[in-house]
Amino acid sequence: MADPRLYQIGTLAALLVYGMGWLGFDITPARAALLLATALVTQKICDRISGATAPFASTSRSALISGLSLCLLLRTNAAVLACLAAVIAIASKSLIRIRGKHVFNPTNGGIVAMLLLTGQVWVSPGQWGTAASFAFLMACAGMLVVMRAARSDVTIAFIACYAALVLGRSLYLGEPMTIPLHRLESGAFLLFSFFMISDPKTTPDSRAGRILFAALVAATAWYVQFRLFRTNGLLWSLAIWSMAVPILDRLLPATRYEWTRPHPRPIPVPAPAARAA
Amino acid sequence: MKRILFGVALSSAIAWSSATIAGFCGFYVGKADTKLFNQASQVVLVRDGDRTVMTMASDFQGDLKEFAIVIPVPTFLKREQIHVGEKALVDHLDAYSAPRLVEYFDEDPCEMRRYEKLSMAAPAAGAGGARDAVTRAKSLGVTVEASYTVGEYDILILSAQESSGLETWLRENGYRIPAGASAVIGSYLKQNMRFFVAKVNLGEQAKLGFSNLRPLQVAYESPKFMLPIRLGMVNANGAQDLFVYAMTRNGRIETTNYRTVKLPSDMDLPVYLKDPGEFGRFYKAMFTRQVENQNRSAVFTEYAWDMRWCDPCAADPLSGDELRRLGVFWSGAGDTRGGAAEVFLTRLHVRYDNEHFPEDLVFQQTADRSNFQARYVLRHAWTGGQTCSAATEYRRGLVERHTREAGQLASLTGWTLADIRKKMGPDAPVGPEPAWWEKLWK
Repeated sequence: MADPRLYQIGTLAALLVYGMGWLGFDITPARAALLLATALVTQKICDRISGATAPFASTSRSALISGLSLCLLLRTNAAVLACLAAVIAIASKSLIRIRGKHVFNPTNGGIVAMLLLTGQVWVSPGQWGTAASFAFLMACAGMLVVMRAARSDVTIAFIACYAALVLGRSLYLGEPMTIPLHRLESGAFLLFSFFMISDPKTTPDSRAGRILFAALVAATAWYVQFRLFRTNGLLWSLAIWSMAVPILDRLLPATRYEWTRPHPRPIPVPAPAARAA
Repeated sequence: MKRILFGVALSSAIAWSSATIAGFCGFYVGKADTKLFNQASQVVLVRDGDRTVMTMASDFQGDLKEFAIVIPVPTFLKREQIHVGEKALVDHLDAYSAPRLVEYFDEDPCEMRRYEKLSMAAPAAGAGGARDAVTRAKSLGVTVEASYTVGEYDILILSAQESSGLETWLRENGYRIPAGASAVIGSYLKQNMRFFVAKVNLGEQAKLGFSNLRPLQVAYESPKFMLPIRLGMVNANGAQDLFVYAMTRNGRIETTNYRTVKLPSDMDLPVYLKDPGEFGRFYKAMFTRQVENQNRSAVFTEYAWDMRWCDPCAADPLSGDELRRLGVFWSGAGDTRGGAAEVFLTRLHVRYDNEHFPEDLVFQQTADRSNFQARYVLRHAWTGGQTCSAATEYRRGLVERHTREAGQLASLTGWTLADIRKKMGPDAPVGPEPAWWEKLWK
């Protein structure tokens, strides 16, 4: 089986070109190049320091995905903050690990850290608009990615839970269905569902765990958005529940996912002494 | 015939006595003879943290007896949280942030130098109880939480258990609510929003001596950073224009549930746009065209700038005192220096209708402090008679430039090239462009 990340890179790159060329995304080609280069260089350095066994040809794919995602989502006036976000995103994979598995989705972690630390970055959830044809295109392209990554369950569970909450709230309030549909057609929501929460490296290993995880992320995101009235509920929620993934993995153990292995097999968990070393 | 104006974050309006409700944001529902459709609403939103000060300017032209406004508000409002502002301040904000023309004069090409002068700007505005009553209100499940007279307005803060009760109460009290409003009112009530209802107290108004309605201002604290537009669309006949002037401490604002797009800017256009009325026509046609290009579902940024300066200035920045009166609560009192406070102004312009804007506008403040203005450039040709070789080259370039300017104007507005050429007069590019081979061996 080909590495699903190649499809993901292709799709994200196409979305970036579309966003910059047709939707007027607030990012220049030079800034995008800088972000991608920073992500790759950081990955290289982290590989060297951690003595990674995987070749750079493989790890660079993950770095590219994070870099492209940051180009799509992160906005700031300062180039240095964009670079810092890329460094945090990639380095967090090496630095914040529990039982050999990194905790935060790199892009999500990078953005949330920058939002918390600097107050000088922002995410524009409205930038995609809701053109139905575009939503459809993106959903299909995204679905392809997750199917190949064999982790479509988390996406489906998340969309189902979030849609139920959004629809349920509108039904309770007596709003016309055009309102929840408008929210569910949002490009930001679809991008998150198909390209961020679907990350097999940071979601729980077991199917039951992933479905529970998706439901928790959906409920919290909804709460942040519609009860606290704050933006970026999806991003905050994912960052919060990512910290609970090690617990879910302990409660519901299963085989860990590997990008390029056709039939995933268990990876031995290193002994505490070995990790300390 | 009465009309209601629906308000904001609040959000909706009503007209008194046999009044009809119109949506906030300049939409007036009335009888077929009303000429008030398509008027623009202007809202000033001052926001920092969870604190909001909103100023709603109405360009209501009808009989004041017929005016009323109903606005969903996120919190209860005390008497001190309501104020009557000055329309002149909103007009100043409009003039300061309006799309502008800049003109340059070509110098003698034999000795090139240019200087810049601001020509003009297009302002936006053209685009657009007694005890028994309380008892009755109670029986309908409506609570009159407060009743104030502020300036020339009589104001009620209402809450209700059910939308039908509130609807009945409003009807019985002379507010004519359009069919379909009940469901919208109900959805706001379930979100624990109150209704702010204002009508003109004619006695007070006569005493105060104002002939026009002054803007209502409300200050409240709530995490909700939004403008309710749904009530205003209930009975809408076509799209409505809304201008939002948002002032924050940190940076530009944008909508989170709709695309926010910058208006095309910095184009060279034919100089005839300087003629009286032409720039206004251009602005309206260009805006309409851009709305269509974005499938009628985008919000446009027309201006985003640090209030302490401007370049070129369509009008002076607002003084610290003016800002404070508009609700910039972090600005020092009594400060009269120009734009002294730390204020970043965003001017948004949206043309909305039910089909393309199903939900209320939700905003976020970004950290973006980059400046943007809708600015269009007129370059006056040099008309001297010198005959140096540079002058010959200059004249040839001029034809190309005029062709380009006509083309840009056509593509921005949808006007035909033939019409544009006619208006350009002697500047009109004559004949077709020379073929490529004609320039090949020159």
